[in-house]
Amino acid sequence: MSKRYEYWNKEMELKNRKELDEIQNKRLRAIVKYCYDNVPFYNKKFKENNLHPDDIKTKDDIIKIPITYKQDLRDNYPFNMFAVPMKDIVRIHASSGTTGKPTVVGYTAKDIETWTELMARTIMATNVTKEDIIQNAYGYGLFTGGLGFHYGAEKIGATVIPISGGNTERQILIMQDFKSTVLTCTPSYSLYIAEYLKNLDIDVDSLSLRVGIFGAEPWSEALRSKIEDALHIDAFDIYGLSELCGPGVSIECPEKAGLHIWEDHFIPEIIDPENGEQKNMGEQGALVFTTLTKEGIPLLRYLTNDITVLNEEKCNCGRWHIRMRKVIGRADDMLIIRGINVFPSEVEYQLMKIPGVSENYQIIIDRDILDRLILKVEVTPEAFSDKVSEMEDFKKNIEQRLYSSLQIHANVELVAPGKIERSIGKAKRVIDLRTKNI
Amino acid sequence: MVKQVSVFLPNEPGVLAKFTELLENNKINIRALTVAETADYGILRIIVNNPDKCIEVLRNANYLVSETDVLAFEVEDKPGGLHRIANLMGENNINIEYLYSTLTSKTAIILMRVNDLEKASTLLKDAGIKIFSGSEIYSI
Ligand SMILES: [Zn+2]
Repeated sequence: MSKRYEYWNKEMELKNRKELDEIQNKRLRAIVKYCYDNVPFYNKKFKENNLHPDDIKTKDDIIKIPITYKQDLRDNYPFNMFAVPMKDIVRIHASSGTTGKPTVVGYTAKDIETWTELMARTIMATNVTKEDIIQNAYGYGLFTGGLGFHYGAEKIGATVIPISGGNTERQILIMQDFKSTVLTCTPSYSLYIAEYLKNLDIDVDSLSLRVGIFGAEPWSEALRSKIEDALHIDAFDIYGLSELCGPGVSIECPEKAGLHIWEDHFIPEIIDPENGEQKNMGEQGALVFTTLTKEGIPLLRYLTNDITVLNEEKCNCGRWHIRMRKVIGRADDMLIIRGINVFPSEVEYQLMKIPGVSENYQIIIDRDILDRLILKVEVTPEAFSDKVSEMEDFKKNIEQRLYSSLQIHANVELVAPGKIERSIGKAKRVIDLRTKNI
Repeated sequence: MVKQVSVFLPNEPGVLAKFTELLENNKINIRALTVAETADYGILRIIVNNPDKCIEVLRNANYLVSETDVLAFEVEDKPGGLHRIANLMGENNINIEYLYSTLTSKTAIILMRVNDLEKASTLLKDAGIKIFSGSEIYSI
């Protein structure tokens, strides 16, 4: 059976490399001039670097433009990065600032239209159509997740249930009674729902769910299998950040071989986060975006925290839009343990391959003389034995696997089921105690 | 064959009290018990009057529980009684995973977990040792 691929905007989605390059070059020239003329921050920055908009003719010239950092948005809090007067802004969103002030983004009516178009493409790329009933369990509010999905889902003509996050019992009731076919939320919350269903003895096959679109936190391929097995659905990774629009920057197609970035609206690059130099296609590094069509808050070479790899080959789905690998980790999530760099997602990937290990685990890093990594793992019925030797083998197996694959020394601690706190939003799987003591 | 209930218990204050309270509230009596403990957790193994109910009660309370068959037999109350059994198992290549005991007013009973239950049971029977059935043990 050949795979089915749905498209919202077939013409744009199936443009070839050359056509995409042409669109990007043309739009890049325009947005650079727009930033120079309308955003004092960029005007100043260009002048400081002896750069003029005319110097940017094609994508190859993009490296001449200085990187924009998240700190720049914070320094210009709340509205100084806006390119239009407030009367032209129709919506404000903000990202949850884990430290200090949030980053604020403003949308013109045209920006909302663009975002809606991108979300329509994004949702349909997962083969969700107007036949579907989408239970949107992303938070509605300043966070972009809820409204982003909402507009896109309505655009394609699907039925949206704007339930927002939390209240799991109600989520399940709605899921049963309204026969939701699609669930949208964070991957952690999908697992939380799955566990809840199990505790209530509800057979997942009695539900109508068939697709899940999960994002807002990095999740591993192994976690995908867990979610798909637990909920009997097809799980897709979605990527976005509020600084660019929110969800809808990139999405997996049914190939699940990377997330297509909508290149008629964004130019992605990979740079070395250490020295800011651009990396080649296929090399790992930090993801950088230039927005090509945004009016409210256009961004040139905006550095994200996300570590990934780009692939510009044509995909089996017919799209040439560049694919980014599932985010490997966030630059500031990277753990340095006794000099070894490791992303929590890499630890998770190894853990999920071990039979009897569930997604309920926690990484705790502490320091006495050397860094200590303690891994709390909930014991599952599969791993439980009346024999201590078998339980200890289970522990050792985890420790050895982490050492042989990632060269990290972990002390595994087995804990009772339910002991690791479940999360409704983004999962807190890493606790670093070192920073407190220094 | 006797059904033993094994329970995962973290090493934390109050865990055991909570556990025994649950059993008491459900009128489950412990006939024999042993704990294997490590630095972070313990495995409690118990023989109770009603193993099926016990497992249900514990599972509903979200305990991690498993059920294991063990052998229960009488041991002579004199020096070398247990030694004889250990030898018998060793000579016949049966690995004793663990054992523990309980006393009644009349006799000492050993509960033993081995890698080959059938073979161990036959060996004991052939050696003239009294083996208890589940119901005999549950109703001590
Ligand atoms: Zn594709």
